[in-house]
Amino acid sequence: MHYPPELKYTTEHEWARVQGNRVTVGITDYAQDALGDVVYVELPQPGARVIQGQPFGVVESVKSVSDLFAPVSGTVTEVNTPLPNNPDLINREPYGQGWMIVVEMEDPSQLGHLFTAQQYERHVQEFQG
Amino acid sequence: MAEPLGTTGLIFNEPLLFEQGAPGRRGYSLPACDVEAPPLDQLLPSHLVRKEIEDFPEVSEVEVVRHFTRMSQWNFAIDVGPYPLGSCTMKYNPKVNEEAARIPGFALAHPGQPDALSQGALRLMHELERFLADISGMDAVTLQPAAGAHGELAGMLMIRAYHIASDSVRTKVLVPDTAHGTNPASAALCGYKVVPIPTGERGYLRAERVASLVDDEVAAIMVTNPNTLGLFEEEIGEIAQVVHARGGLVYCDGANLNALLGIARPRSMGIDVLHFNLHKTFSTPHGGGGPGAGPVGVTRALAAFLPVPVIVKEGERFRQDYDRPRSIGRLRAFCGNFGMLVRAYSYILAYGPAGLREVAETAVLNANYLKERLKPYYHLPYDRPCMHECVFTDRRQGQHGVHTLDIAKRLMDFGIHPPTIYFPLVVQAALMIEPTETESREELDRIVEAFIRIAREAEVEPATVLEAPHHPKLSRLDEVRAARQPRLRWRRG
Repeated sequence: MHYPPELKYTTEHEWARVQGNRVTVGITDYAQDALGDVVYVELPQPGARVIQGQPFGVVESVKSVSDLFAPVSGTVTEVNTPLPNNPDLINREPYGQGWMIVVEMEDPSQLGHLFTAQQYERHVQEFQG
Repeated sequence: MAEPLGTTGLIFNEPLLFEQGAPGRRGYSLPACDVEAPPLDQLLPSHLVRKEIEDFPEVSEVEVVRHFTRMSQWNFAIDVGPYPLGSCTMKYNPKVNEEAARIPGFALAHPGQPDALSQGALRLMHELERFLADISGMDAVTLQPAAGAHGELAGMLMIRAYHIASDSVRTKVLVPDTAHGTNPASAALCGYKVVPIPTGERGYLRAERVASLVDDEVAAIMVTNPNTLGLFEEEIGEIAQVVHARGGLVYCDGANLNALLGIARPRSMGIDVLHFNLHKTFSTPHGGGGPGAGPVGVTRALAAFLPVPVIVKEGERFRQDYDRPRSIGRLRAFCGNFGMLVRAYSYILAYGPAGLREVAETAVLNANYLKERLKPYYHLPYDRPCMHECVFTDRRQGQHGVHTLDIAKRLMDFGIHPPTIYFPLVVQAALMIEPTETESREELDRIVEAFIRIAREAEVEPATVLEAPHHPKLSRLDEVRAARQPRLRWRRG
């Protein structure tokens, strides 16, 4: 499993790439592996408002359906529009072409609630017991 | 181990019906029509009349019979072998139920015939409502909903109507993270915001956690008892008090009622609304075997909101009452899936109170027997006495690259239907096993031996498990492609 050190992570297995106030969001390598082959993804429209810790979309695999949780609050400025037609990108490149949305962050102090790569890795280990 | 049930058998290839037959071949001959048939375009607007039905199969009776019989031989059913599909209560469906449902007075009744000519059917429904009320402790029951999730919708609509009638604005419904997916869906369909409640460390809900989430905006909590981990919600009484204290109601998903029959009444736990799954607890056929039925029981405070028609008894006569101004309305054509009601009625009468209690006792005993015998071989995340089902994971086999899906597929080779997998979601890679009361000790031992053998194979010859199933006509289907690029209808070439 790979968790890039420059990213921030949520307890619910999303990652956040912070560039100024722009935060790109996807799900982690661990999440895509645990889900198995993703067959469906539902993303918000640009302009939608997302709230930290609240669902912003849905990802479905042959095993299960899961909510996607926003790592920070803000407005969705970009959506990976080809993704719903190519959900396998989430499995193949969770940190690359499998990105989901870009959020214009409202409050940078919210980043303090997120995990570093190291903390996230420990979280996953605890989760797996 | 004894000879396993599963073998390859004599199984035929079978093309689609569309690929069989020949032009002009017929499987029927109707007598000549003794009235003049008007041209079709006088009866229907011409744009609705098809000139030709392209590629419609033209087959003989024997081709049709062989087609469906051969395909049924590819399949598996409760009449073929054990079906320990967790949370589904795939118990054997006694044939006496089928006898009862085929009594001509029931089977041939027209749903539109007047009450005066339907007294037997109405009496059966009225008595079945009373039986279910007695079993659950609820005050009033509707038999209308067509399935469990339909029952949830009915129940949540009544809860909504109840709050609206008391001028109480409520926007939220609390749902534990072990719930069946239909629970949050039903709440959302009624316009409620779903608030998830994390399960406590011991596998059941903590009242203090509920207390921290409940406020004056909570319309209801939706609980399942026993829950989907197969564990009894030990704090259910306290949880109900906490929710009631803030004016909320308690909905119980009765999917797992099989564990409680004749032992505990949901009403005594503080439940206000409960749905029953006749196709689980009361042995009516399941899934492809027939339509479901999801009656709902409520307390007196909610009885005014029951769907119409309500069956009332006046003296010795029964009638369908539509004059219920506060009703949530009709949910289903006529009286629901009536044939299923006959089967459930027959089941309840055949067992009687003592027999139903024994059903629950045996179901719980069987699940605990499997749990104890499999515990040395499979990781058991909640090691406590279980109710009607138990949940294992693939943690030990996973170290050898063998996962839950592989274990489930391999079971088919032993003539056993796979358990429910990857549910409940709070357990990583769950294997959810519900043997039900109808499996004998010998059958349970066969299930145990198959699981133990798979655990051994995972260690010493994982490829046998990873490439399973070996016996069924088709092995692993491409589920991903089927979901991503579904082909929903046949086309030539």
